[in-house]
Amino acid sequence: MATDLVVGAPAGTAPALPPRPPEHRREPRERGRRRGILVAGAFLLPNLVLLAVFTYRPLLDNVRLSFTDWNISSPTASYIGFDNYVEWFTSSASHTVLWNTVVFTAAAVLGSMALGLALALLLDRNLFGRNAVRSLVFAPFVVAGAAVGVAFQFVFDPTFGLIQDLLGRIGVEAPAFYQDPEWALFMVTTTYIWKNLGYTFVIYLAALQGRRAELDEAAEIDAASAWAKFRRVTWPQLRPATFFLLITVLLNSFQVFDIIDTMTRGGPLGNGTTTMVYQVYQETFVNQRAGFGATVATIMFVILLVVTLVQVRAMERGQQQ
Amino acid sequence: MTTTESPAGRTGPLGRLGGYAGLLLVVLLVAVPLYWILISSLKERPDIYTVPVSWWPDPLTFDNYTAVGGGVAFSDYLRNSIIITSALTLIQVVLGVLSAFALAFLRFPGRTLVLLFVIGSLMVPNQITMISNYALVAQLGWRNTFTGIIVPLAGVAFGTFLMRNHFLALPREVIEAAEMDAAGPLRMLWRVVLPMSWPTLIAFTLITIVTEWNQYLWPLLMADDARIAPLPVGLAQLQDTQGLTNWGPVLAGTVLTMLPILLIFLALQRHMIKGLTAGAVKG
Repeated sequence: MATDLVVGAPAGTAPALPPRPPEHRREPRERGRRRGILVAGAFLLPNLVLLAVFTYRPLLDNVRLSFTDWNISSPTASYIGFDNYVEWFTSSASHTVLWNTVVFTAAAVLGSMALGLALALLLDRNLFGRNAVRSLVFAPFVVAGAAVGVAFQFVFDPTFGLIQDLLGRIGVEAPAFYQDPEWALFMVTTTYIWKNLGYTFVIYLAALQGRRAELDEAAEIDAASAWAKFRRVTWPQLRPATFFLLITVLLNSFQVFDIIDTMTRGGPLGNGTTTMVYQVYQETFVNQRAGFGATVATIMFVILLVVTLVQVRAMERGQQQ
Repeated sequence: MTTTESPAGRTGPLGRLGGYAGLLLVVLLVAVPLYWILISSLKERPDIYTVPVSWWPDPLTFDNYTAVGGGVAFSDYLRNSIIITSALTLIQVVLGVLSAFALAFLRFPGRTLVLLFVIGSLMVPNQITMISNYALVAQLGWRNTFTGIIVPLAGVAFGTFLMRNHFLALPREVIEAAEMDAAGPLRMLWRVVLPMSWPTLIAFTLITIVTEWNQYLWPLLMADDARIAPLPVGLAQLQDTQGLTNWGPVLAGTVLTMLPILLIFLALQRHMIKGLTAGAVKG
């Protein structure tokens, strides 16, 4: 029975003739325990099966596929050893993709965290209309990335878009967002930060509001400068929020797909804005090289795992201090 | 959002002026693109393509909306989004609450392991599982069906974790009293635990609605046609089908994709934010 596998219920281990317990009082307890196990199994099993089949199974299957030349539609594939891995690590296209991923992720993490913190500090202050502005900043975070991508494709349009118009008014010619790979990467990164700023903002705002007022007041009595107060009193109290954001924003921005797909489809010039996630999609479903796509996905997962573990270790060390 | 007064904010007039300048800048950066998208969706075709851009539609028209909404495809996308989001939200809330209840209150061997199993799956993005899942779903003959979109997304890790943490924070005496009364688990969940959990449950539900409504990659792989594709996928296809994008209807579609979620958010933002910030602030 699958229940046994998951919760480790000793259903099959009950002896045919259970020895009568010496004290009758203990019997209902034992029955209650067994019932608890059955109930736990019933409550957990559907979810655990879904996670096992659609999350853990494909994770392992990916590794197997990454050693094949599978094309996703044919029922067969042949084992090709480490060929895919060698190809990924040596091809210049992959180096561009890796570079794009690093630049995009680093800019998205640092940009949205720094701006989110600045906004949180600003909107923590007692200013008129701040509640409306708080809602406004958070709003883009709840809308679909695909919709933001489509909308911002229009905003960045080279001939009748908002950006070229505004730049034109101050006498600057808009860069070629859709032709120059570097500007294209800048464009998708900016769009991503614009959409996700609300998240870092809200987390930092909650952290600011949960901080201990006595410390701030003590600093004010000591007539500390605003910067010293931030550096020595506020910032250390934001540490848990900062670690939390580092992990979650990094994981999320590493996985961005919808904005890139709707804005540039990974281009210009082939892979100008192709990140690893987009490469997985492109190779698997467009180039029909699912084996190679699985290789990229596997490498991606290892990177994610290492980065997360390093961060969690750092967080634990930070808490011990 | 929360209106709690924070200890900051006592600044001089110069500081206040700087504060309002910052506020204005933020409003411009966030609101202007949104505003421009909205008014452009209300413009007539030539007006959309004028240079320099116009800040008010002249004349104002709803043609783009009737064009995109009247088309069979778009109302289909809307219906599909509603079906997919409702089904996934219902499944995830039920499974999440049951799993969280078991992990918080029931004793069974291997409990820690099960918890790790659930939390560990948070580390595995859809983008990594999509290849193998695509193959499995295709084999099952679920491509271009709602089942194919819904079932692989139905497992719930974040919500389980969120609800479990909330359950563990409930007053122990109440739980123990209920256990003493030998209330059955379902009865205990329904009568004792849930009535104390509405705010977290609402937050969990809202976050699920937002996530599933905005889902793009997996439905894109699953849905080749408009019969089952949700709005974000339909929107991208709308932009795609014309060689040169006809922006009027596409922008109307964009607004229609964003609008329902924005309205839900504006009405219930406090609850949604509660779920997102839980566990983030106090390490």
